[in-house]
Amino acid sequence: MAEKVLMKGNEALAEGAIRAGCRFFAGYPITPQNEVPEYMSWRQEEAGGAFVQAESEVSAINMLYGAAATGVRAMTSSSSPGLSLKQEGISYMAGADLPCLIVNIMRGGPGLGNIAGAQGDYTQATRGGGNGDYRTFVLAPFSVQELANFPKKAFELSEKYRVPAMILADGILGQMMEGMSFDFEPVDPKTLPQPCWAIGGKHADRARNMVFSYALGEGELEKMVLKRAERYALIERDEVIYEERDTQDAEVLIVAYGISARASIAAMNIARANGIKAGLLRPITLWPFPSKRIAELSKKVKAILCVEMSMGQMKVDVDLSVKNACPVYLHAKPGAFFPVAEEIAIAIESALKGRKDQLFNIEDLAKKAENKIYAVNNPVCKEGALL
Amino acid sequence: MYQGVRIAGFGGQGVVSAGVLLAQAGLVDGKAVSWYPSYGPEMRGGTANCSVVITDGEVSTPVVSAPDTAIVMNEPSLPKFEPLLKKGGLLIINSSLIKSKPKRNDIRVVYVDCNAIAEKVGSLKAANLVALGTFAGITGAISIDSIASAMKKVFKRAKPEILELNRKALEEGAKLK
Repeated sequence: MAEKVLMKGNEALAEGAIRAGCRFFAGYPITPQNEVPEYMSWRQEEAGGAFVQAESEVSAINMLYGAAATGVRAMTSSSSPGLSLKQEGISYMAGADLPCLIVNIMRGGPGLGNIAGAQGDYTQATRGGGNGDYRTFVLAPFSVQELANFPKKAFELSEKYRVPAMILADGILGQMMEGMSFDFEPVDPKTLPQPCWAIGGKHADRARNMVFSYALGEGELEKMVLKRAERYALIERDEVIYEERDTQDAEVLIVAYGISARASIAAMNIARANGIKAGLLRPITLWPFPSKRIAELSKKVKAILCVEMSMGQMKVDVDLSVKNACPVYLHAKPGAFFPVAEEIAIAIESALKGRKDQLFNIEDLAKKAENKIYAVNNPVCKEGALL
Repeated sequence: MYQGVRIAGFGGQGVVSAGVLLAQAGLVDGKAVSWYPSYGPEMRGGTANCSVVITDGEVSTPVVSAPDTAIVMNEPSLPKFEPLLKKGGLLIINSSLIKSKPKRNDIRVVYVDCNAIAEKVGSLKAANLVALGTFAGITGAISIDSIASAMKKVFKRAKPEILELNRKALEEGAKLK
């Protein structure tokens, strides 16, 4: 392995994309992902590619649509509110079956939220936040090393299945520095096979090919959607990636991805030191989700604890996998605070012993709101502020 | 060995680059390291800070919420970071700029006249390195040699005489206990 260098997550991601053969980048500044376009602005030129600072996120995603249609490995990046703006373009690219890479370095939401790291875009990313029946690959790195490695993986998956790929990380991963190394040979785009999806036909040397995200003829759209559904089913069967730690003898299984998984590993060690056998399953692909493996494990453990920086968005997928085989609890840090190992360790114990400390309980939440909403002398709004 | 460090001060005091230097030095020593900046909406004249982890194991959380060591370089940083320190933790105070005294008695406090020592060595800009030297001397988490060799990687365009001055600042800091 090459000598380790100290690199910031966002820069490692950008360099990783260049080494994966990415030769087109369009983006618009937003914290906490600004180092990605900043790095690309000089590095693309050096690599013989193109960098565009677009006038908006909407513009950037449509530039990506155009670039991807030419067959180049193309990428855009943004952070949460920016991703909301890009949804139309992502839906169009899914509809046009174009491979591309979209990066979301998540921050607090909804709305403009704040600029700290968060994981509140899970549902948007894994369900497809635009219109129509579509999916995108969603890769969730948990280290600077994985931020560097995943662009290549994302492009390869995206091109193999002709499905847009997303890397879903957060502000902490983007901003932090860690020791890492580039442990793969850089891809020379000239050595990649001629992309069959690229537009062509103006000159005689290439067959005529046009790119559409629509099919207006009778029954044609359904055919397209069904063909896509076949590929999605194959992806769900064959392309699930996850990591397991100490699941062999676990009584409590933690499910966490990205930066939350790192805090969970520390928590797992605390729990084990206190005599509670905790294990971790870290989904690396959020779509396709490791449902099958979680279902298997749910039959062996006493409880599952979901740790996420969102209000149970990932837990929905865990619930769907577990189908009530064991109780599933939530430890959430939605306000863009970082999960703390000691608190997760308490949540692990709570999950095992049926306590409530450090767990989110839907009934309790409803009661709190009920007291405000239905109390006669305690209206929800007081001088315009929500209580 | 595990050291979670918070370094805090005014923007311009080099607290963020001192953190990068510390992380790079840990990497030179073959440790697992992380560095994480405060990138929140800070005011001009407010405090900047960063988290650094150096460990023999793996870095779980890069955000150091309960530091083993806090290095505070200006007055507003003291009340902000003193309460976070672990019991028995080390608090390095830049006494050139901080006149208040810490409130806790379950921590180890070291006063370092960083600005004066740095000026004596040749440049006020090296005040952050004086504090880093004290950290290295007391904790042994990192050696002065490792920080000095990390400087060549972090400050790529620094002239040899500046690197020499920086090394002196580190050594002066390391003399303090």
